[in-house]
Amino acid sequence: MREPISFRVLRVVGLTLLTLFVLGPIYVMVSSSLKPLGDVRGKFTWIPSTITVAPFVDIWSTVPLARYFANSLVISLLATLCSVLLAISAAYAISRYRFRGRSAFRITVLSTQMFPGILFLLPLYLIFVNIGQLTGFALQGSRLALVITYLTFSLPFAIWMLVGYFDSIPRELDEAAHVDGAGPIGALVRVVLPSAAPGIAAVAIYSFMTAWGETLFASVMTNQSSRTLAIGLREYSTQTNVYWNEVMAASLVVSVPVVVGFLLLQRYLVQGLTAGAVK
Amino acid sequence: MATSTPPRTGRAQSSRPVRRAPRSHLAPRWLPYAMLAPALVFELLVHIVPMLTGIFISTLQLTQFYVRRWLDAPSAGAGNFEVALNFDGAIGASLLRSFAITFAFTIATLALSWALGMFAAVLLQRPFRGRNALRTLFLVPYALPVYAGVIVWKFMLGRDNGMVNALLSGLGITDGTTFWLLGDNAFVSTVVVAVWRLWPFAFLTLMAGLQSVPGEVYEAAAVDGAGMWQQFRSFTLPMLRPVNQVLLLVLFLWSFNDFNVPYILFGQSVPASADLISIHVYQASFITWNFGVGSAMSVLLLLVLLVITAVYLPLSSRRMRDA
Repeated sequence: MREPISFRVLRVVGLTLLTLFVLGPIYVMVSSSLKPLGDVRGKFTWIPSTITVAPFVDIWSTVPLARYFANSLVISLLATLCSVLLAISAAYAISRYRFRGRSAFRITVLSTQMFPGILFLLPLYLIFVNIGQLTGFALQGSRLALVITYLTFSLPFAIWMLVGYFDSIPRELDEAAHVDGAGPIGALVRVVLPSAAPGIAAVAIYSFMTAWGETLFASVMTNQSSRTLAIGLREYSTQTNVYWNEVMAASLVVSVPVVVGFLLLQRYLVQGLTAGAVK
Repeated sequence: MATSTPPRTGRAQSSRPVRRAPRSHLAPRWLPYAMLAPALVFELLVHIVPMLTGIFISTLQLTQFYVRRWLDAPSAGAGNFEVALNFDGAIGASLLRSFAITFAFTIATLALSWALGMFAAVLLQRPFRGRNALRTLFLVPYALPVYAGVIVWKFMLGRDNGMVNALLSGLGITDGTTFWLLGDNAFVSTVVVAVWRLWPFAFLTLMAGLQSVPGEVYEAAAVDGAGMWQQFRSFTLPMLRPVNQVLLLVLFLWSFNDFNVPYILFGQSVPASADLISIHVYQASFITWNFGVGSAMSVLLLLVLLVITAVYLPLSSRRMRDA
């Protein structure tokens, strides 16, 4: 159908303004990461006086960025792996079986999603300290503590999305697998998982992003050796000086993996969102 | 949210005389529980148990001396709550102000994020050149790790070397010497940064919702001579109502609970105008090391959230039924 001219004008103007709003900070991030330090100390300039890649080299020595990067990577990957496995198992049970306590479980898990981290940050910190005292293993401050914490952050959404995906896979496929002699786990692994692969990929990138970007718990639960990027990035500012060009370069480096992953998989995330919302 | 969906038993199955026979010999009764157990254990460990522990801690006089052996901390009875709720005292008064600021921040952030998301979703509803590229671009602020996105804004909002002042003075709007991260301006900055991060989520969700509006509705409306605005009011908005019900609640909770934006923008010295409740409780607990009062504030926050959700869900569901 034809669109009136006023709508087209509105669309061009509106989308231009939104694009500028979105792109402004991204432009500042990219251009400043290519500036010499003098450029980011004085008045803001739109174009670097000279283009240098020195910030991308220096970020690794100004602070131990490689270690923070490795910490973030290990923690996020493990949290993602656990979260996805637990979510697959729980979502399959919810999708394929009717049992007592099924909706109570869904409500409990979903409701944990609504409360702010600050509510359980302090008690969880104390519980981890206590577990450490009881077992002799210094849980508080370890990477394992963050893995355990982060996997639960993405778990409710992951379960919710995967239930939607699993529900859309016909049960006849499971039954065909049963006829072939597969048990429930066999049917899950051989039939359901391959069909739900896009959903699992979307859940995985969501879990990874959640862990990769978390700041509040990382600020309390890490020490010098387990520090993640979220906290490490602040170390480019000292009492007297902020290496803004390096901050921008480091922000860019830590963003690229998750942004690319998200943009590649966002289609499936949308599918899962609608599948979950329609139910 | 967790609606009880009717059992999806296959047709062949339900016609059999023995109920559930095909599954019971395949899957033992305990199997679904065993599959749920790992997820449940972790949710209990990280969310439910700490939440209950937090309620207990809120009745203790817990200071840094007792952190390592907090079970020995003396009881405070309702003392922590009396301190937190004494609005004539310094702690109570600042808590009340923090709640007020958080509500103002939440309303502003929610309204702007939703409006921008809706605007963009409607503008991008029909195909045109460059539509997919824009759709992807608009999601970038949401995809960025929060500290990376917000730290860029911190740089941009700097008084002397920031882009915002350079832009405003370049356009002749201000003289370019505004302190954006101090005083009352800090509130505006926090809202803008939060909206920048959050509106793509509203956009993503509404875009998904709009895909379920059938195109024939619009064609029929166009035949009837309905204008674009009229179509939006009478078809698009009502059809998006189920999506909006969830979206508004999520946007509300995320804004209300926002910790990252003020924490990354301001660090340890948050201006009074940007003292959101999460950061307020955080500072009460971890900067002044007064865990008992901090936990009492957390419990009050929990009560506020419960009341809001309990009022919102039935209200919005009834509106949906009436529609």
